[in-house]
Amino acid sequence: MADTTLTGTALRGRPAAEAGYWGFTRAQLLALGVMIVFMAVAPFFLYPVFLMKLLCFALFACAFNLLIGYVGLLSFGHAAYFGMGGYIGGHAAKVWGLTPELAILSGAAVACVLGAAFGWLAIRRSGIYFAMITLALAQMVYFFCLQAPFTGGEDGIQAIPRGSLFGAISLSSDMAMYWTVAAIFLIGFLLIHRIVHSPFGQVLKAIRENEPRATSLGYRTDDYKLMAFTLSATLAGVAGATKSLVFGIATLTDVHWAMSGEVVLMTLVGGLGTVFGPVIGATVIVTMQNYLAEMGAWVTVIQGIIFVACVLAFRRGIVGEIGNWLKVKL
Amino acid sequence: MDDIFGIPAPLLFGQLLLGLINGAFYAMLSLGLAVIFGLLNIINFTHGAQFMMGAFAAWMLLSLGNVPAARTGFALMLLPLAVLLLDWLLAALRVAHRLRIGLATLFAVLWAGSVFMEGGGPISGALGTLFPQGLSYWWALLIGPVVVGATGILLERLMISRLYKLDHLYGLLLTFGIGLIIEGVFRNEFGSSGLPYRIPPELSGAWDLGFMFMPVYRGWVVIAALALCLGTWLLIEKTRLGAYLRAATENAALVQAFGVNVPRMVTLTYGFGVALAAIAGVLAAPIYSVNPQMGTNLIIVVFAVVVIGGMGSILGAILTGFALGVVEGLTKVFWPEASATVIFVIMAIVLLTRPAGLFGRA
Repeated sequence: MADTTLTGTALRGRPAAEAGYWGFTRAQLLALGVMIVFMAVAPFFLYPVFLMKLLCFALFACAFNLLIGYVGLLSFGHAAYFGMGGYIGGHAAKVWGLTPELAILSGAAVACVLGAAFGWLAIRRSGIYFAMITLALAQMVYFFCLQAPFTGGEDGIQAIPRGSLFGAISLSSDMAMYWTVAAIFLIGFLLIHRIVHSPFGQVLKAIRENEPRATSLGYRTDDYKLMAFTLSATLAGVAGATKSLVFGIATLTDVHWAMSGEVVLMTLVGGLGTVFGPVIGATVIVTMQNYLAEMGAWVTVIQGIIFVACVLAFRRGIVGEIGNWLKVKL
Repeated sequence: MDDIFGIPAPLLFGQLLLGLINGAFYAMLSLGLAVIFGLLNIINFTHGAQFMMGAFAAWMLLSLGNVPAARTGFALMLLPLAVLLLDWLLAALRVAHRLRIGLATLFAVLWAGSVFMEGGGPISGALGTLFPQGLSYWWALLIGPVVVGATGILLERLMISRLYKLDHLYGLLLTFGIGLIIEGVFRNEFGSSGLPYRIPPELSGAWDLGFMFMPVYRGWVVIAALALCLGTWLLIEKTRLGAYLRAATENAALVQAFGVNVPRMVTLTYGFGVALAAIAGVLAAPIYSVNPQMGTNLIIVVFAVVVIGGMGSILGAILTGFALGVVEGLTKVFWPEASATVIFVIMAIVLLTRPAGLFGRA
């Protein structure tokens, strides 16, 4: 039966190693160290705004992976929470004049409510229907954002101020903003890891592997799925709000269905259900978009080709393949 | 007679007609999705791109004589059909399987290479000389679905058929990726702005119905869509072929054990579903402007229609499609701001009350 489900072999086996090191295996701890060192060193060599974009999308992809990788639910409408978080965060910072951390929190709060409402509807169906329902609901959010007065329609919300963290530390310099974004990303990343390795996370995995059995063991699987969906949407909202503060703009691009497709692609490229896959996938896709930006619509074609290649030949993703090769769980 | 519920009658009937037209497209597209889903168990995310290809096929056929890009485009669109015909011919001549694949690949490479030659190459040149006036709407209605359906058949053989043993969500991801590729290629070649396609002269003008003017073409679309839906329904519910299809939907292994070539039936079913999308595309060409994004925006609404109707029945897909189009049209009259979202709201309500859909089996 292995490898027939979306996250088939990536996570199975080796449960004994899950103890120690706050839920990280030794290999994962090593990878985490490499990642943190990279995050600390990178801004001195690479353009900080590019790195911030990367971290925002990495957090978005990690939030998405929480749902697909650990509950087995494919949401095709995560752009709704990401984009809505961006709009609310931008609006809060610009119009209400909130400090950045409060702006991000308000974006997250709205994404949380939206996620809870949509999740409550969508978990009534599973599999393909779940994907279609989330996509349709996200399209509804897109039309809402197109018409609602506060989003600025086609123009979006522009000139969003970065403000001062806790009202004290100005974020107008890219470096100050970078460390803030890096901290947000790391907190989100570790939070997701903590969720996945909690008893709650174990029930989620049980649902992914065999939902009827989890039900028969007495778990209210719908409650667990809804909780996971809401958490995932909230973190996507955090990523979106952070992104709109970094760039000072929130637009329709972030709520469009193409964005929902992109986050699926990032996670798929990196490896569904792996810890570091979404980060690597986001890095690959964002870097690719950056370098190929002047190629226009060919970027869409290349993304499509990567999709097809991943599904047909490369289902474990980059991190999954590396982990399989090194015989470790990454 | 002038006002109904305080709304001027021409406005009301005009929007009702528009709703009916949109409903016709929802019905045709969700029908194709339902047919494909029934047997292949995948949601064909490429459906929107294939609908768009149908519309582009119509435009290319009409412009064969005077637009070089149309000739090149159509020469490439013909490639899958040509490969399939060659493969069929070689199979009839009992050529060995390996050799057949090699020859077909070589043929495809030569064909594609010739299209990209300086000045368009012999195939597009021949298309231009043979049809200096282009081919009319009626030819497009015939050729479009065949050509686009052939691309679908090739797609199923080469890619989709590799996924049947995997989680169905992989099929969704694959077809989504293919849709991105097709849309991106068309956007590169033809830009994002729409291409004009004139209403065929036989169907231009309008009928005076007394209470409103009805453009002939719009009436034709509704009638054609109804006929197409009814025809498909009859084919699936009342013929022997349809009986095989329904049986295979229930239990493919058993039907195969009775000696029916199920893999071939699956391939042809996919091709048929794609051809339905292409016919819808040709019908849409004179109404909506022909542009690369026309399919994707429509297909998301159609997904909602499918969730509302449920995948269980063909007739359900047709009825839901038309009904939701009309509801959307009425919303445009009474509360225009909500018209873009009304179908999604209905979807939410249906999920709350009947999660399996109005016509679905749980």
